[in-house]
Amino acid sequence: MKFSLGKYLLPTYVFLTFLFLGIPIAYTFVFSFNDSIKSNIIWRGFTFDNWLNVCNQQDVCDAFANSLIIAVSATLIATVLGTMIAIALVRYKFKFRSATNLLLFLPLATPEVVMGAGLAAQFLDFGWPKGMLTVIIAHTMFTLSFVVVTVKARVATLDPALEEAGRDLYANPAQVFMKITFPLLLPGILAAAMLAFALSFDDFIITQFNSGSIDTFPKFVYTAAARGIPPEANVIGSMVFIVAIAIVVTVQVRSSIKQRKLAKK
Amino acid sequence: MAFVALGGSTAAKKQAPKKAGRVALLLLLPGIAYLGLFFLTPLFSLILTSLKTPSASGDIGRYDYAVEFGNYLFAVEQYMPQILRSFMFALIATVVALAISYPLAYFIAVKARNKPLLKGLLLTLVIAPFFISMLLRTFAWKQIFSNDSWIVNTLKSFGIFGTDSYIIGTDFAVIFGLVYNFIPFMTLPIFSNLDRLDLRLLEASGDLYANPITTFRKITFPLSLPGVISGTLLTFIPISGDYVVASRDFLGGPDTAMIGNVVEANFLRIQDYPTASALSVLLMAAIVILVSAYVRRSGTDDLL
Repeated sequence: MKFSLGKYLLPTYVFLTFLFLGIPIAYTFVFSFNDSIKSNIIWRGFTFDNWLNVCNQQDVCDAFANSLIIAVSATLIATVLGTMIAIALVRYKFKFRSATNLLLFLPLATPEVVMGAGLAAQFLDFGWPKGMLTVIIAHTMFTLSFVVVTVKARVATLDPALEEAGRDLYANPAQVFMKITFPLLLPGILAAAMLAFALSFDDFIITQFNSGSIDTFPKFVYTAAARGIPPEANVIGSMVFIVAIAIVVTVQVRSSIKQRKLAKK
Repeated sequence: MAFVALGGSTAAKKQAPKKAGRVALLLLLPGIAYLGLFFLTPLFSLILTSLKTPSASGDIGRYDYAVEFGNYLFAVEQYMPQILRSFMFALIATVVALAISYPLAYFIAVKARNKPLLKGLLLTLVIAPFFISMLLRTFAWKQIFSNDSWIVNTLKSFGIFGTDSYIIGTDFAVIFGLVYNFIPFMTLPIFSNLDRLDLRLLEASGDLYANPITTFRKITFPLSLPGVISGTLLTFIPISGDYVVASRDFLGGPDTAMIGNVVEANFLRIQDYPTASALSVLLMAAIVILVSAYVRRSGTDDLL
């Protein structure tokens, strides 16, 4: 009795939990095909129209484009700054290391509403008008620590002997970085960039405080929720989901093929 | 300054460390300056704003610098229920999310350890909710539980639910939505901790005639505490400041507002910046106190 319980109870539980996690995702996907006019609450029949003419709902498309521009910009800046910090933290000894660590940890431990309101209060004091730029500044700020944590893990696995060997072979520091350090760090940097992109793209709270009249995709959904979210928003959400899952699966399959090849050798 | 000083002190001995100090400075400075300017000084702006007083001109949304501690008193008096509710909801949702996530993380890390394909699949499923907008997911729950929905009607037809009962707008709905949104944040840190658990310890425990429950209580769980701590922090902190789930347009109702909802309304709608800032400062202070007490008791310094 106990044996069979242990054997089936946990897998059943795991299956049910994943079912639970999947419900709203499936719901969003299904209702992206709903033949509704404006508010997307009751099922009115199947149609591909929402997928074929996403930009009929002009606001959704504009908000989506803004989200992409913001996420790409914030990801680029945060990844560069964060990678530099990660290398410094692992490779160099310096004073105020614990203060630096604390400063990097704090944004992870601060509720978004506090960061959002604080930044908005500062922009107000500075007299900076809210817009695209202030959102990019805000997103770079809150994704930076995530980049540092992710890249740091990769830098720590790097063997310093490889760079030493490069120097022994008369490579100058720039060559050592470009030919050895950077290629070895690249998987970590890419993972960090993907994380930063996902965080920025899905952010709502910090964005709402610092965007003024600029709409992002999550902000559009929040505003639209009062009167009903149009099915075109479900289309964009589902599209992003499919692309993201495809990327994750590709990365996993490629790395498992690589591992198998290495194992054969 | 510190980095320069470091380079200077070792200059007498060697050339290399000095250069290293300068390189470290160059690598750190831009990012640290960025966080200083856009994370740290905004916290001071928040404190300054929380002490401001309405402008003499009487314009809405205009405030002058002052030291008005009364703003805090007003904020606490006015919004005590929302403040208490935030921490109550965050506490309940964190405990429930932990109870749901731990077995999930355990299964992926321990039971699926030698099946890389299954493990990869399960991990992808855990993070899958991240890939679809959090607001769309929350709104989906709203529609699933809405008053004329299949679920509510079924509950009513079986008599489990009174005819005038509803789910959306209740404390239950808000806590439910919060738990759902934060299960991945709880599962991932626990998973990455249990993933490193040495299974031979469990074997040894079994060899010494401990039953599975004792083994879990005395070995698995204590060893996984760092994962549990980061998971609970990653869940509790964002929930305490969340205002999407509790919003009336999503799963909340008139009596479910949390601190975040009040800050949003005061800052962005009625432009009462001092009250909104005072509440944010209080939230931040409470989080800092809670986190440091929690971390000290549990003895985990290495959070990053």
